[in-house]
Amino acid sequence: MLSLRGPFMTQQVVFYIFAAIMVFAGTMVISVRNPVHAALFLVLAFFSSAAVWLLLEAEFLAIALVLVYVGAVMVLFLFVVMMLDINMAPLREGFIRYLPVGIVIAVLVAVQLVLVVGSSYFGLESFPAPEPRPAEYSNTEALGNVLYTTYVYPFEIAAVILLVAIVAAIVLTMRRRPHVKRQRPDRQVAVRRSDRVRLVGMAPEKKPSVRR
Amino acid sequence: MIPLSHYLTLGAIMFCLSMTGIFLNRKNVLILLMCIELMLLSVNLNFIAFSHFLGDTAGQVFVFFILTVAAAESAIGLAILVVLFRNRQTINVDDLDSMKG
Repeated sequence: MLSLRGPFMTQQVVFYIFAAIMVFAGTMVISVRNPVHAALFLVLAFFSSAAVWLLLEAEFLAIALVLVYVGAVMVLFLFVVMMLDINMAPLREGFIRYLPVGIVIAVLVAVQLVLVVGSSYFGLESFPAPEPRPAEYSNTEALGNVLYTTYVYPFEIAAVILLVAIVAAIVLTMRRRPHVKRQRPDRQVAVRRSDRVRLVGMAPEKKPSVRR
Repeated sequence: MIPLSHYLTLGAIMFCLSMTGIFLNRKNVLILLMCIELMLLSVNLNFIAFSHFLGDTAGQVFVFFILTVAAAESAIGLAILVVLFRNRQTINVDDLDSMKG
């Protein structure tokens, strides 16, 4: 049964508020017309999701979500959205046409998923809530302990994946324009005096006679 | 306390929302990428919920790796999007029907 007093009540109120914000933000992401607004609502969804993760005592991941996703990935999204001059009108074709089918399928899948993950299998009876961690417990420390020992090999692979992503993004978007004059520093440094300066010996010229 | 099923239900609802988004915005690559991010977020919520209720840190480590791979994926996806827009002046999925480059 749900207890309705004390800190647990506060937790429930916080959870439902942030869950409602998250669902609202998700709905707006898929339905707003302007992609800038969609990206900003995605930021809102990430923030409320980070709050829910804090309730689940995953403090490090909640902060990482805000820093990495809101701070880096979503800024990248906004940057691309604002850099590209997109004509949105043809991209909205079929939204209304597919809306009824989409809603029906979404509700069906949601009902099926809720039947599976609902209270009958994953309620408090089968999965009792764990005791809250003591105040001196550090989630970051616990995560780091396993990350750098048991999971050190996947961790290094993740680093390589990030490196590959950097190289791929740069290679994809770098553009070499033909017929553009540019400096070549290596040739500038390697140049010798003999390449540039040519001393010419000339006979002295006569002063031209002034005609009166 | 909040039962595990509520977290899982929230994840399921977010997953269905993003799936609907992929249905409805099938022309717009940008919104499709955002919907994939939302989908990964709901999956991460499931991982963290189970990690909390089973007292196992492995779920959080997995979320860590999912975040890494998702960041790499969105960076490469946006780079492809920029190149696409530079070549075709559009990001409409319907116009991507030729492999002529």
